[in-house]
Amino acid sequence: MTARGRAALKTAVWLVALVPLAHLVWGWWTDDLTVNPIEYVTRQLGETAIRLLLATLALTPIRLLFGVSWPITLRRLLGLFAFFYVTLHFAVWIVLDHFFDWRTMGDDIAKRPWITVGVTAFLLLVPLAATSTTGMIKRLGGATWRRLHQLIYVAGVLGVLHYIWLAKKVLVQPWVYAVLLATLLGIRAWATARKLSARWIVLGSRG
Amino acid sequence: MRLRYSDVTPSTLYLSRRELMAGALALAAVGGDAASTTAAAPAPAGAALPATPNPAYRVDDAPTKFEAASTYNNFYEFGVNKEDPSRLGHTLKPRPWHVQVDGLVARPKTFDVEEILKLAPLEERIYLLRCVEAWSMVIPWIGYPLSALLKQAQPRPGAKYVEFTTLKDPEQFPAQKPTFFGLGSLDWPYTEGLRLDEAMHPLTLLTVGMYGHVLPNQNGAPLRVVIPWKYGFKSAKSLVRIRLTDTEPKTAWNKAAPQEYGFYSNVNPNVDHPRWSQGTERRIGEFRRRKTLMFNGYADQVASLYTGMDLKKNY
Ligand code: HEM
Repeated sequence: MTARGRAALKTAVWLVALVPLAHLVWGWWTDDLTVNPIEYVTRQLGETAIRLLLATLALTPIRLLFGVSWPITLRRLLGLFAFFYVTLHFAVWIVLDHFFDWRTMGDDIAKRPWITVGVTAFLLLVPLAATSTTGMIKRLGGATWRRLHQLIYVAGVLGVLHYIWLAKKVLVQPWVYAVLLATLLGIRAWATARKLSARWIVLGSRG
Repeated sequence: MRLRYSDVTPSTLYLSRRELMAGALALAAVGGDAASTTAAAPAPAGAALPATPNPAYRVDDAPTKFEAASTYNNFYEFGVNKEDPSRLGHTLKPRPWHVQVDGLVARPKTFDVEEILKLAPLEERIYLLRCVEAWSMVIPWIGYPLSALLKQAQPRPGAKYVEFTTLKDPEQFPAQKPTFFGLGSLDWPYTEGLRLDEAMHPLTLLTVGMYGHVLPNQNGAPLRVVIPWKYGFKSAKSLVRIRLTDTEPKTAWNKAAPQEYGFYSNVNPNVDHPRWSQGTERRIGEFRRRKTLMFNGYADQVASLYTGMDLKKNY
């Protein structure tokens, strides 16, 4: 892909990824955030966060399945946007929902598994966002950096678990995300297994 | 149309929230038009329903705006989203309507809803409504004590419980249509229940209207119960059957998630729902959380129903 193509693609991702935020700002501006605005904003931000997280996790499977690798160039951008929305989601909970009531929030984090895993997922994403620059990749070295960034799998699983656990048992939506995530991780696992078994065959034929 | 926050918020509160948000987001420059967007509330839909206010049952807090109480609803027969009931409510046909009162009673009878309306004088009572999802409203209901109807039916000595059943008809309740493996669905029809002494309690209201008008479909037309000291889902809507029994009735949410929703489901700030604290609540139209009160503030009237009971076990 040409440099100009890549730039156009990234601009498009910026625009698309900012739509949910623009939608909320517009809603706030026009006073159109439902009769329970804090709940609405929290949910919209959470929903956007999980979608972007899954989008980030979809790029490698796309390459594995279809052999197209240009989507990988969007990984950092999508990952950072996912982190951005998770951070806003968390901030709304702290500032608007609980108004810095640290005792209640601490209680919630300790007592309610869906919040515990949500906060854990957020904390796991912090070092990934912090080491997302090219400079940091160089400093850590490719192998270490890659190992560190495998934490996104854990964050993805915890994010989906967060949704499954917070939603009422009869809701379908969280399970849709669970199936999507399982598919994405399954494709990677399958590709890794194939690579490993190919190596075994090579080793075996040598011995 | 989505409801505006200003439609449900007294303008003073609304302004302070706006200012607060504006400050927080450093966008204060354009806040000046806030007051002018507070439109006058349109009159409630549905026919006017005359009722005598009962001064013994009122609360000091201002009632929630009708527009909020009629558009932010949990009524899973119409769908799982809060806006589904008001959007799809027109599919329900509240006339003609019959409700069967039977089970362990001396005089079982199927009532026409018009008869129900005339069975006892209609009162207006302003009650607090506390949802298990930790939000609350203040609603002026119209109805009369359920005990008036039950006394007519004459409960037999063995009767210990009352079971309420909501209409099951996928033509009128779109979300009752079969779904993929039953996903996103409760076990229809929706049933709820009370102990007989709870059902006979003067607070338990057989309800046919709100805000001076006939009950909107999305709020459970043509008749429902309202039990203000229990979480909202106990107050079953669009009733077709009221049955007295000697065994504890199975209730819809208890069947779906027994660890989360018990038979009693009294509002209790000291017994958390597994997924959230019940210690505080957000009053619709307000910004900050409020403390939740024991039995939703009705403790002096209902606490005696539960003396000697472990409310943590009987949640
Ligand atoms: C990777 C991290 C996270 C992801 C992917 C995530 C995602 C989500 C999703 C998808 C929802 C449901 C939205 C809906 O109902 O449509 C949600 C709701 C919510 N999340 Fe998160 N979340 C994360 C972290 C957190 C954290 C750190 C907190 C704060 C402690 C938090 C608090 C909440 C709350 C309060 C709700 C609303 C629950 C409700 O309204 O019933 N989340 N989140």
